[in-house]
Amino acid sequence: MIYKVITKKEFKKFINGLIASNETFGPKQVDKDKNGKPIYQFREVHSFNEMDLDYTLTYSSLKNFFLPFRETLSRYSYSGDDWKQEIEYRVNPRVIVGVRACDINALCKLDDIFIHGTFPSPYYITRRKNTFLIGLDHIPLEDCFCESLGQLDVRCGFNLFCTDIGDRYYLSINSSKAFNFLRNVKTSDPTQSDDKKWIERKKFIKKSFKTHVEVNALPNLLDIEFESPIWKKWGDKCLNCGTCAMVCPTCYCYGIEETIAVSLKSSRKERFQYSCTLVDFAEVAGGHNFRPFKEDRLKYRFYHHYHGFAENANKQICVGCNRCGRACLAGINPKDVINDLILERADEV
Amino acid sequence: MKYKIPKQDINLKPFMSRPPRFNLKNVIMRTDMVYKCEIINIIELTEIEKLFHLKILDEAERQIFDFRPGQFVMLEVPGFGEIPISIASSSNNKEFIALCIRKVGRVTDMLHQARKGARVGIRGPFGTSFPMEEMVGHNILLIAGGLGLAPLRAPLYWINERRDEYKDVYLLYGTKDPASMLFTYQYDGWEKVNNIKLFTIVDKGDKNWKGRIGLITELFQEITIVPDNTYAIVCGPPIMFKFVCDRLDAAGIPMNRMFVSLERRMHCGMGKCCRCMVGSTFTCVDGPVFDYWSVLNLKEAI
Repeated sequence: MIYKVITKKEFKKFINGLIASNETFGPKQVDKDKNGKPIYQFREVHSFNEMDLDYTLTYSSLKNFFLPFRETLSRYSYSGDDWKQEIEYRVNPRVIVGVRACDINALCKLDDIFIHGTFPSPYYITRRKNTFLIGLDHIPLEDCFCESLGQLDVRCGFNLFCTDIGDRYYLSINSSKAFNFLRNVKTSDPTQSDDKKWIERKKFIKKSFKTHVEVNALPNLLDIEFESPIWKKWGDKCLNCGTCAMVCPTCYCYGIEETIAVSLKSSRKERFQYSCTLVDFAEVAGGHNFRPFKEDRLKYRFYHHYHGFAENANKQICVGCNRCGRACLAGINPKDVINDLILERADEV
Repeated sequence: MKYKIPKQDINLKPFMSRPPRFNLKNVIMRTDMVYKCEIINIIELTEIEKLFHLKILDEAERQIFDFRPGQFVMLEVPGFGEIPISIASSSNNKEFIALCIRKVGRVTDMLHQARKGARVGIRGPFGTSFPMEEMVGHNILLIAGGLGLAPLRAPLYWINERRDEYKDVYLLYGTKDPASMLFTYQYDGWEKVNNIKLFTIVDKGDKNWKGRIGLITELFQEITIVPDNTYAIVCGPPIMFKFVCDRLDAAGIPMNRMFVSLERRMHCGMGKCCRCMVGSTFTCVDGPVFDYWSVLNLKEAI
C-alpha cells in the first residue's frame, strides 16, 4: 500500500472531480429518529457540500449497493412451445465516498462468499469491480463493537482510505486507479510527524470504544449452548420481522422468485434479500419446517454470524457495527445475547 | 476524462458465450444459465408421483453434463420457479436423465400438467455424491422411505451395472401404503436379474397387500448386518433418519460408512442463498450426501 497526505481543501477538489465525472454516492442525512438524532443513508450526491462526512453511521449498510433488495437474474421470453433465457449483468461505474471501516470489512466478507466461494457470482463481481470505494475513519458510537471483532482496521476491499489527522487526511492508497486520480491534485509524502499523528488517531479511536463483546470462544460456545434456555428467552422477544438482516452489512441470505409478465410473453427470475428469522425460511414443499420455532431461527442468525459457515472457512461474519441492535424493534442486540450466553455458563461454575 | 472510472464490462468476457460447467469450482461462469431440456417421456408412478425423462437439447451441453450418484439438479420451469431434485437415473445414461417428482407445490403442480415435448431447464449437477468406488467389495445396505427411493435409484443403477464388484446388496423400502410404492415395475428385475435382496414394508396395508406391515426399522430383524463389511445409504423423510441411523449405529457400522441424503429448502444450489443450511454448512455444496459423522457433528442435521 502507498501512503500520502492531502489537505482537506485539496481533498474536496478531488472529490468534486470524481463527482463531476461519475455517478457518486455519499452519506446524507435523510431523517431524524424519535429522539431527534439524525438518520443517515448513502444517497446520490452532486457536490462535496451535499455530503455529511462527519456522519455517525448509515442506518442501512453498504451491502445493498452490491446485493440489491431485489434484482433480476434472468429473463425468459416465450414463443410458441419454446422459450429463451437471457442474462445480462448490469455494469454501472460509480463512486461511494465516506465508507466506514466496518462496511469495507463487511464487503471483504461478502467477497469471500460471492467472489471466492464455490460458485462466484457474476452479478456481485460486476458491481464490485465497477465501484470505486473511498473509506473514512470515524470515532465509534457508544454501541459499536467492531474493535472486539478485530474489524477496526481495513486492509483490503477499498480503493482509498482516509484517516483524519486534523487539517489533513492521511491516505492509504490501495489501487492504481486511486493513485492515478490523485495525480490531479496536490498530495505529499507523509512526514514523520504525520506518521505520529496517524498512530495517535488510531490509538484514540481504539480507546473510544465503550462496548466490548467477548467473541473468541463463541464458535465453541455456540455449539455447546445449542440447547441453552437463553435462546427461548431471546426467541420469545423476537418479532420475526427480518429487520436485522436487512440492515446488516453481511447478512446475504436470499430467496428467488419468478413472475410472469401480464402479457404472458415473458417472465422474470428475481433474487430478493431474505432473513433467516422469517418463518418460512427453511420450510420445504409439503409443509415440513426445519426451523419452526422463533428461537431456532434467532439462534441460527447468531450461529451464522459468530460461528461461521463452511463457505467462507468458518469465519465469523459479524463486523460489530451493531446496526441490527439499533434497528431491532424488540430491543434485541448482539451484545446482550452474547453476554447472556457467556454468563449462563459462568453462573454454573 | 481525468476522473472517469473505467467501465469493466463483464458481459464482453468469453465465459458469456460458453455454457456453464457446474462440475468446475471457483470458476466464473453464468451460474444462472440453464441447460434447455425436452421432456421426452413421462411415467406415472402413483397418483402424486411421476417420473420425467429429460433430454438436454444442446449437444455440447449434453456432453458437459456429467453427474455422480447422489447429486441433484435445479429444475427450472420458466416463469414458475426452480426446485432441487435428485437425479434418479444411471450416471452412464448420456441420453436422458430421470427425475422423480411428487406433486406438492407450485412448480411441481405445473410440471405434472406438462406433456411430452414440453421444455424445461436444468442447472447442475450440484452437491456431493455416494463414494461408489470405495464401496467396491463390500455389502451394501440401501434404506429408503417413501420418495427417498428416487435418489437411491442412481446408486442402484451404478451397482447393477457393475454387480459383480459388490457383495450382498440389500434394499429396505418402506412406504405409507401399497399405493405409494414407487418403481414397483422394477422390483422383479432388481431381485431376479440383479440379485438385490429387496424387503418392503408398509405402515398400513390394503385388501390386496400380502406383505409386511409396520415401520421400516422392523425390517432390520430380517437381515444380518456384517458391520465391518457393510456400507449403508439412507434416504427418506426427516422423521425416518433418526430411527434408522440409530439402528445402524447400534449394529456397529462405522460412521464413515453410513451415508444419508438430506432434503432442505433450496433457492440457488450454489452455497449462496443459505436456505439449505444445516449446522455450519450447506446441503447444496457439502451435501446432500453426508456421512454419519457429519450428521452428528452438524446441528439439526437429522
